[in-house]
Amino acid sequence: MQRRQFLATLGAGLLTVQLPGLAYAIAPTGYQRLLVLVELKGGNDGLNTVIPYTSADYTRLRPTLAIAREQVLQLDEQRGLHPALAPLLPLWQGGQLAIVQGVGYPEPNLSHFRSIDIWDTASHSTQTLSSGWLTRLLQQYPAGDAFASDGLILGSQTLGPLAGGARAVVLRNAADFARQARLAQAGAGQGGSSALAHVLKVEADIRRAASDIGKMSPAQQAMGNAQDPGRIPDAPGNFGRAVRTLLETLAGGSQIVVARLTLTGFDTHAGQTGTQQRLLGELAEGLAALQAGLAAQGRWDDTLVMSYAEFGRRPKENGNQGTDHGTANSHFVLGGRVAGGFYGQAPQLAGISDGNLSYAVDFRQLYATVCERWWGKPSAAVLGGRFSPLPLLRA
Amino acid sequence: MLPLRKLATLLWLLPLPVLAAPIGEAGARLLLGRTGFGAPPAQVAALAPLEREAAVDRILAGSRTQPASAPPPWTAEPLLHPPRKQLSEEEKKALRDTETRRGLALRGWWLQEMATTPSPVTEKFTLFWHGHFVSGQSKVKSAQLMYRQNALLRREALGNFATLLHDIARDPAMLRYLDTVGSHKGEANENFAREVMELFTLGEGHYSEQDIREAARAFTGWQLHPDSGEPVFRPRRYDDGTKTVLGRSGKLDGDAVLDTLLAQPATARFITRKLWLYLVSPTPDEATTNRLAADFARDYQIKPLVRALLLTPAFWHSSGQQVKSPVELTVGTVVTFGMAIPDWQALAVQNRRLGQDLFDPPNVRGWPGGDAWVNSDSLLLRKQFLDSLTRPGGNKPRLQIAPDWLQQHPTAASWLPALPAANPAPAAPQQALRQLLQDPAWQLQ
Repeated sequence: MQRRQFLATLGAGLLTVQLPGLAYAIAPTGYQRLLVLVELKGGNDGLNTVIPYTSADYTRLRPTLAIAREQVLQLDEQRGLHPALAPLLPLWQGGQLAIVQGVGYPEPNLSHFRSIDIWDTASHSTQTLSSGWLTRLLQQYPAGDAFASDGLILGSQTLGPLAGGARAVVLRNAADFARQARLAQAGAGQGGSSALAHVLKVEADIRRAASDIGKMSPAQQAMGNAQDPGRIPDAPGNFGRAVRTLLETLAGGSQIVVARLTLTGFDTHAGQTGTQQRLLGELAEGLAALQAGLAAQGRWDDTLVMSYAEFGRRPKENGNQGTDHGTANSHFVLGGRVAGGFYGQAPQLAGISDGNLSYAVDFRQLYATVCERWWGKPSAAVLGGRFSPLPLLRA
Repeated sequence: MLPLRKLATLLWLLPLPVLAAPIGEAGARLLLGRTGFGAPPAQVAALAPLEREAAVDRILAGSRTQPASAPPPWTAEPLLHPPRKQLSEEEKKALRDTETRRGLALRGWWLQEMATTPSPVTEKFTLFWHGHFVSGQSKVKSAQLMYRQNALLRREALGNFATLLHDIARDPAMLRYLDTVGSHKGEANENFAREVMELFTLGEGHYSEQDIREAARAFTGWQLHPDSGEPVFRPRRYDDGTKTVLGRSGKLDGDAVLDTLLAQPATARFITRKLWLYLVSPTPDEATTNRLAADFARDYQIKPLVRALLLTPAFWHSSGQQVKSPVELTVGTVVTFGMAIPDWQALAVQNRRLGQDLFDPPNVRGWPGGDAWVNSDSLLLRKQFLDSLTRPGGNKPRLQIAPDWLQQHPTAASWLPALPAANPAPAAPQQALRQLLQDPAWQLQ
């Protein structure tokens, strides 16, 4: 091949890579931008989160659980937020909160465990995959040695979208982690069983992460205090603690690609009102603290926060003032570059008796948005097909 | 060192009339670890000369239906909460504190029972069923009902699965945990109906959403008596109409639905496969488990199934293939080194931190088990716990391995599962002990 011809081929090749999404050119390469996934474990009831407060069908389906119209935080003429989500209002008003309605997938599975596997692995409903969708992305486009870890897992013991090979660190407290990490032994070689190989991999992940996590940033060293990485707002509960741990870790200068925070307890089959009120309050205060902390670190514009859950809940309440497993759900996307507003499709409640909602946005469209628009990486190979990104980000 | 250990393993595979050969110390350690929680050297030595069948039979012969040590006295008292009584905020707080205290006492008691019972296999299977027929104190909100369920799980631990299934469906803690309590005609709660199919019997993919809706109607009508906590059937709240579940139609009640589930081949397969993963290997072997499941489905007797699983060749070649659960790691280490326990409740708190909070599994699926026990958080906590056992103690009594222990058991370094060792053993006993416990292979069995 002539040198000239080779260059032309190369150029054409580059062009086809660039063409499908102009976004590839806009988004920076590598993983300079952070993704924060928030898992609402148990299946949050979306209908009492983003509330169609003028709908007669809503009050018909929710005789005891409907949130009174005057308590709803009204966002437009039909829709409003659960009152416990008040801490999110400044973000909505600032145009940095997107609400995506009708998120789901075809042939929905109503098992907690199967459905969260579908979400975590980005599989089709009838397909079983063993690796998380972020693991596949990170295998295809590795983050590189500068990163302390691919991901941090906070508030959960399961790796979810980082399962099956990514470098993931389950973190409770950054300082404790740094102190204990000396117990992870140096290079113990090959595993004689898959269980041993697993233990050895975890030890290796710990050693790599511990060279950064829990260390003091230069600014903190100047202050001589690793425990106070600047102003970190307080938020309640385990979720608030997870937010604080994430902020501390980032303030210490550790580079990570993704953090997954889990808030659990949303499986409200009975007595939903009080439980959901408490959990949504924890969520909203935690997210507000995360926003404030990241803004103080100058990172809010490079952070994308996205909620997810295995499923939504049944529109019609059950006999125990609770709701059973359902399908399509509302989710939040927030960040400094997010174009706030409503996306997707509001729940179609007319004519529903004890049935479930149909979906309008495939959850893999959210993942495609992250891969392509946030990180500038093709998503089709990771997601097993083409899913159209949503216009959730400002150019 | 490494080739020698491998050779030692290979030698165990060689003897030709293998069933007639003694299981040896490595085999005894494997069997005692998987069917119980560790074992002191004397127990290993006693089992080592037996052949496989004799060793397995000896372990199963001692199974019990009752605990060996007395549970906390309040387990026999009338139920603490009158659920309908109006309580002041102070009274509610006092109740919560009492429940928390009792819950911790119950956890400590069970760990003690695991470590001291003459039949660890009984507790090992009580624990298996606790992770299968899951209820959790944080939702049930009664340590007394949690104990009652624990006693049921122990009674049938190696008994009959069909009996256990029927009884667990009427167990007060389960009725609360999966919201059967209060589920009534017209507005049936699907929680129990779904999980009994997905997690307790058939497994995911062997039923339809319509089966769940119909079965939920069959489980309506139950409440708990406010004073005794006994389940009470309220005919007026029960949906006595015709239902169709898995192709069977009729005025099915809860027991009829459970019998329908037991008649499905998927149920015996699902349970057998799960027991295989618990007992034998993290790698499923559908051919073997489906064959054993066919026998199991005839009468649902658990003990013969466990016996058959323990006598598969795969079991005897599975050393080091399983990650120890927190309870296996903590109680197993305590038992193996014959440690005196100053505080069982502290050990319960330790297990909670390691990810296995007895009487409160993370969700209705129970503990995922296998490799999932070890992540960066839990591994460091596990190693920290083991590290503390070999550090000289101060004046405060605490869990510690006797300093001269290794001198009395100089072969302990060979106790690790047959896997490559990290480093040669150093001379100083305390250091050697530390190295044994910090070896990655100590996390396995």
